[in-house]
Amino acid sequence: MKQFIQDLSEKNHHQATRLLQILRAIQSRYHYVPADAIEQLAGLLNKPRTQIISVVEFYSFFHLQPKGQFEILISDSITDHMLGKINLTSYLARQLKVAVGEVREDGIVSLDNTSCTGMCDQGPAGLVNGYALTRLDRARIDVITDLINQQKPLAAWPVELFHIEDNIHKPGLLLKQQINQGAALNVAFKRGLKETLAEIDKSGLRGRGGAGFKTAMKWQFCSEEAQSERYVVCNADEGEPGTFKDRVLLNSFAHQVFEGMTLCAAIIGAQKGFLYLRGEYLYLYDQLQCILDERRKAGLLGIDILGQGLNFDIEICMGAGAYICGEESALIESLEGKPGIPRNRPPYPVTQGYLGKPTVVNNVETFLAAAAIAVNGGDWFASVGTAKSKGTKILSISGDCARPGIYEYPFGTTIETVLMDCGAANVMGVQVGGPSGTFISNQEFDRKLAFEDLATGGSFIIFDESRNILDMVNNFTHFFAHESCGFCTPCRVGTSLLKKQFDKIVEGHGSAGDVAALEELCQVIKGYSHCGLGQTAANPVLTTLERYPELYQDKLKKISYEPGFDLDGALEIARRMANRTDAGAHLTQVGEDHE
Amino acid sequence: MSKTITIDSKMIPFQEGQTIMEAATAAGVYIPHLCHHPEFTPHGSCKLCTVNVNGRGCTACTYPAIDGQEILNETKELNDDRRKITQMLFVEGNHLCPGCEKSGNCQLQAVGYYLNMLDNHFAHFFARRDLDASHPDVLIDRNRCIFCTLCVRASREKDGKDVFAISGRGINKQLVFNSESGQLKDTGLGVNDQAAHICPTGAILIKRTGFTVPIGERRFDHNDIAETGLEQEHSDHG
Amino acid sequence: MANKTRVATVSLAGCFGCHMSLLDIDERMLQLAELIEFDRSPLTDIEHCTNCDIGLIEGGVCNSENVHVLREFRKNCKILVAVGACAINGGLPSLRNFIPLEECLAEAYLDGIGVENPQIPSDPELPLLLNKVYPIHEVVKIDYFLPGCPPSADVFWKFLTDLLDGREPSLPYELVHYD
Repeated sequence: MKQFIQDLSEKNHHQATRLLQILRAIQSRYHYVPADAIEQLAGLLNKPRTQIISVVEFYSFFHLQPKGQFEILISDSITDHMLGKINLTSYLARQLKVAVGEVREDGIVSLDNTSCTGMCDQGPAGLVNGYALTRLDRARIDVITDLINQQKPLAAWPVELFHIEDNIHKPGLLLKQQINQGAALNVAFKRGLKETLAEIDKSGLRGRGGAGFKTAMKWQFCSEEAQSERYVVCNADEGEPGTFKDRVLLNSFAHQVFEGMTLCAAIIGAQKGFLYLRGEYLYLYDQLQCILDERRKAGLLGIDILGQGLNFDIEICMGAGAYICGEESALIESLEGKPGIPRNRPPYPVTQGYLGKPTVVNNVETFLAAAAIAVNGGDWFASVGTAKSKGTKILSISGDCARPGIYEYPFGTTIETVLMDCGAANVMGVQVGGPSGTFISNQEFDRKLAFEDLATGGSFIIFDESRNILDMVNNFTHFFAHESCGFCTPCRVGTSLLKKQFDKIVEGHGSAGDVAALEELCQVIKGYSHCGLGQTAANPVLTTLERYPELYQDKLKKISYEPGFDLDGALEIARRMANRTDAGAHLTQVGEDHE
Repeated sequence: MSKTITIDSKMIPFQEGQTIMEAATAAGVYIPHLCHHPEFTPHGSCKLCTVNVNGRGCTACTYPAIDGQEILNETKELNDDRRKITQMLFVEGNHLCPGCEKSGNCQLQAVGYYLNMLDNHFAHFFARRDLDASHPDVLIDRNRCIFCTLCVRASREKDGKDVFAISGRGINKQLVFNSESGQLKDTGLGVNDQAAHICPTGAILIKRTGFTVPIGERRFDHNDIAETGLEQEHSDHG
Repeated sequence: MANKTRVATVSLAGCFGCHMSLLDIDERMLQLAELIEFDRSPLTDIEHCTNCDIGLIEGGVCNSENVHVLREFRKNCKILVAVGACAINGGLPSLRNFIPLEECLAEAYLDGIGVENPQIPSDPELPLLLNKVYPIHEVVKIDYFLPGCPPSADVFWKFLTDLLDGREPSLPYELVHYD
């Protein structure tokens, strides 16, 4: 192992910023990060061991204890649940003879859950040693079980297990035609970089991650910073459950995304760019590296790009299972080899980003659009959409509909239209923008996709009338508690309290004041949290409480108070140890005076 | 004309580059806080110092003072929510004041007193957390750690040692020590390090000194943190 | 005498220290006696409370009997008050919450030093231990909290006189202590 770590560190130039990439390699080889490896790395990278430990313990895909040689993770998105994930997971556990959360005794296989893997249009999904599995069913599980028991290396597994469809059902302005390689850069150099930025400004393009900051303004600010070392970062940490459009863009439109990044570099004066790719999309890594190589060979990356004196290259950095890294400053921390904890703002990344230098962070779709705008002009884009939301939005549609997949719509399109196109029937409601977004009921389908109405990073999950809304809220609420980085009090403690309080009500232990207490807790989390995760973590409860208060109230008992824990269950240990079976050895959940 | 901000209708001058907290402290205005200490890089994690700046919630210890800001600090709404945040800290850890040497000198407790917090409101986590008594002079009780990172910052910025770090994610965070064994005794921590004395709660205690000042005569026993806290921070400033 | 305020008190998983502190109001007890009368309380030997105005609960909830008693108080007291650190957050008895109950019982009755005739007591007369010591507000609804270990005599005095005078009870800075 010593030699492996030594070589690995050397390959990464002993740079602590590469810590995640180094740890990924160690985890992949040993199925955990051994204490000896941490000691050795601390020396090689010249960092305190505690910094390495804190990174290992922050990211879900790193472990201090050994996992199985085959590490299986099952996606826990609500859409996986809607596709029968619970039963399938129990089946898998039975077949593999390993409990969820455990490693099998022989060390061959381990099984656990993981947050949404971005395969909602082809779930139930999972990961084996980081590689995406789709359309899991009993037949596939039987195959996988055999492969694992025979200890067949992944390379020898049938490729159809790993087959991933793009599922582009409705291409629009951007997806109908890709730009030619180098077209955006050629046009930009010809037109002039300032003029090209003006076109992007004219296009009205706003960030596609959801927040909607004007792209041209962000690039402008960054280019005006005094420091000459600047960075371009493409945020491909697509972690919002129900979102998978970046997966498709990087699979089939990667050239154009990289071109958008290079265009940005030319405009702001950056020499280095990063694609921060979520760990769940490991399967895209090799093909993306090939595309970067192609672009280098074509003179579109590297030294003196297109003979215009632009030096710029792109490095791919992989995440390791942390939703919070989709937040731009947390992503930058992660790029620097640290836990993904959002920074205090100001300063913003455009002034102090990666390594404290001015940095533009944009979504995959934003770079894709910027490249197309450079070619086709600002008016081409601005002629579509609404006054405040120009252009189109690419949606990831999943849940109860006939044709889940990728749909591109002009801003201003109604929810009704979207539902018709994807073949959704008897719809109860739609979660727009993922768990951090808004739940809208079937009384609101005339609402529009737009920053001024329903803003979304692209997640669009449909629920038909057979679904229980509280199951959805339960899934989302547990998701946020799991993904909270733990930096600030309201989110760290609040999301766990929210989970408990929500469970208390849903499990039927709620009483008169419990919904009020739930709402009060939501307001503290929303109002005082450090970043977007905490500020939106209560949205699932708040948006459904607003629309379906009776769903919550009906769960309450008509009593003044009931404990939030199982009182009789709390006696179980003592009862067992004392061998008691008499009536006095039990407690009712509520006193007899209450009905 | 010097620049000013307004906190609860009081005009407060400030110098360019100061945070709201720094300007307020210099003017003798107390804003509740736990993770902030004037000598260290602001952290902004406890969220107690949240104030309302021109209608928006901002963390006073990290947010820059800007000419003309209208800031609300001592309002019922803010203090009610600050109390809830303090209660969150109390149920997250295991803060059994009657058995703690720090009682009466504890800032977490003092903020609770200041906010008239009479109960813990939420359901307790009763999480199991470990103690480290290995060091000859310093005791660490993780039950009382609130993740303010003051010890982390003090050790790095003042002692030049990097003895402490916060590891883990979300509710599973914990304070870890920089030694191969993971034990405090094998770190470079010395009893005179600032990191050993900076803890706002009873998570880091100096051994054999716990009761040199009797309960009832301690810092917050009779004076609230708004008075003593500011005095202390002024004197810390020198 | 019929319109005296009826007060009941009890110590659950507590040490009676809070009750001692109540007695520390000294001669003011005479004043208080004009206004209140004690129902169920260690001071009276009344076994069950009935139709009380105020119930003062010391201690947390550690066993099944505590649950029954707490419920009796909730049922029969208009105002229920958590008195002292143990009632509010479990207090020092809750230190056992960090050790599995199996281990606690084994240490005490099976394999601890000096244990003779090792066996876990099993008698329907004996209350069973809960897996943890719980603050009382996690078992029944509580109306007021008096922190302290114990709350000082002045806390009791201030709280009771506020209530008796029809004021919303409040504690000034000097009276709020967690130790």
